Amino acid sequence: MRESNEAPLWALFSAGGVVSALLIPVHLFLFGLAIPLGWLGAPSYEHLLALVRLPLVKVYLLVLCSLALFHWAHRFRYTLYDGLKVKHLNEVIFAFCYGGAVVGTVVAASLLWSIR
Amino acid sequence: MADNIILEIARYSPERDSAPTFQTFEVPFRKEWVVLDALNYVKDKMDGSLTYRWSCRMGICGSCGMMVNGEPKLSCATFLSSYAGNGNKVRVEPLRYFPIVRDLVTELSDFLGKLKKVKPWLIPKQELPLSAGEFLQTPEQLEDYKQFSMCINCTLCYSACPVVGLDPTFVGPAAIALAQRYNKDSRDQGAEERRVILAHPEGIWGCTFVGECTRVCPKHVDPAGAIQQYKVDAALEWVKGLLMPWGQRKSKEGGRAAA
Amino acid sequence: MQQPKPPIYTEYHPRWYRPRVSVYWWLGQWRYMKFILRELSSVFVAVVVAMILLQLRALRSGPEAYARLQHWLQIPVVIALSVITLFFVVFHAITWFNLTPRAMVIRWRGKRLPDFLLTAPNYAAWIVVSGAVAWLVLR
Repeated sequence: MRESNEAPLWALFSAGGVVSALLIPVHLFLFGLAIPLGWLGAPSYEHLLALVRLPLVKVYLLVLCSLALFHWAHRFRYTLYDGLKVKHLNEVIFAFCYGGAVVGTVVAASLLWSIR
Repeated sequence: MADNIILEIARYSPERDSAPTFQTFEVPFRKEWVVLDALNYVKDKMDGSLTYRWSCRMGICGSCGMMVNGEPKLSCATFLSSYAGNGNKVRVEPLRYFPIVRDLVTELSDFLGKLKKVKPWLIPKQELPLSAGEFLQTPEQLEDYKQFSMCINCTLCYSACPVVGLDPTFVGPAAIALAQRYNKDSRDQGAEERRVILAHPEGIWGCTFVGECTRVCPKHVDPAGAIQQYKVDAALEWVKGLLMPWGQRKSKEGGRAAA
Repeated sequence: MQQPKPPIYTEYHPRWYRPRVSVYWWLGQWRYMKFILRELSSVFVAVVVAMILLQLRALRSGPEAYARLQHWLQIPVVIALSVITLFFVVFHAITWFNLTPRAMVIRWRGKRLPDFLLTAPNYAAWIVVSGAVAWLVLR
């Protein structure tokens, strides 16, 4: 059964890698640096809320967060195997990584759903 | 130009030692000499018991792989003059991540087993009689797999790959590159058979694209590229299987001569 | 004809030396260290996702909550963390785009496309997409 798991997990990792490479830097640059440091004008609360209310934006944010988390999950799992040589703990690591990604996706979905 | 160069060579005799030690030899420095020449000089004139593999001395047989100053290299392709400045010392050790039989000789049966596992030969769907004629192949079809066919099985890539050292069940760069050489060959229909070995968690999926294998390959085979291409193919196969579950075996029509 | 019984040989198997790979293998070479840093950049990607989730939660709670989050993002320690995180996520993007051509073989007129023809569109898309997000947020 494990044989069939690796291909889709790698596909998720790969998709997550592309998405996070393209989009994560700009999100962090805007909201983590440029706006707090005043380099760019801060958008108003109402403007951001209006954006997040749009269904398309909700889908975009959900896909971004989910795929980026699954990218982390797969890569971190292998880093733990190789970096710390803990392959014998692989069930625990598997659950922690992909479980974490699933939890993050669920949190994102519920937050987006509850913003009316 | 210094007259001599110092070689620090790993020695291990299973009857005498419990672990490898280093022995220093001072060898004349000739501008055109490679590490293999220095080793041959040592064996010839200084210590006949030095044990190492070599054959063609021109980078095609793949026998003389060793670690030179921590880098996997072919000893017949590594010039002493590259190390002349470096405090004049060259450290020669057996290839990393393999058991050591003696001195610089590694035990390769594990690698050969992995190679055999991936079935590096043409697997036709059915054996054709001689009367059917030769397989025809266009230059484009040759380009599809030619780079991967350049592998000389020197196992330098295995010494460069940390996953090989960490995971003894990982099939390894050369074996996967050779599997791809046959998978991509238009005359071969064995991709399904190889998939059972390669798509296994202990097949290709241990690879994390470190990329060291491609960097050290003396024949520019690019095993890392072969492995990533295989991952993409495997992912696409899975998607296809999901969307079209009524069975789609990828069958390649091998180029057959018009009888 | 009676065949003589074959002699029984005891095979001599020399004791191979099996070196053990240390758990600190990645500290031994700068190239291995660079690889591990590249892999750890995924952790910083997850950190940015956490930031986005915090933003969503603040947006849902109301303008005061959002203003509090804005304030928190301005604390010097958090700014320092953001700079480090930005370095790593950009590192991820650059290494990712540079490695993509290795995984894809695209032929045109019988020859394989050179790597930069596959990398350049990735960088172009990066700029375009980032610009689009910035425009949407800031306008």
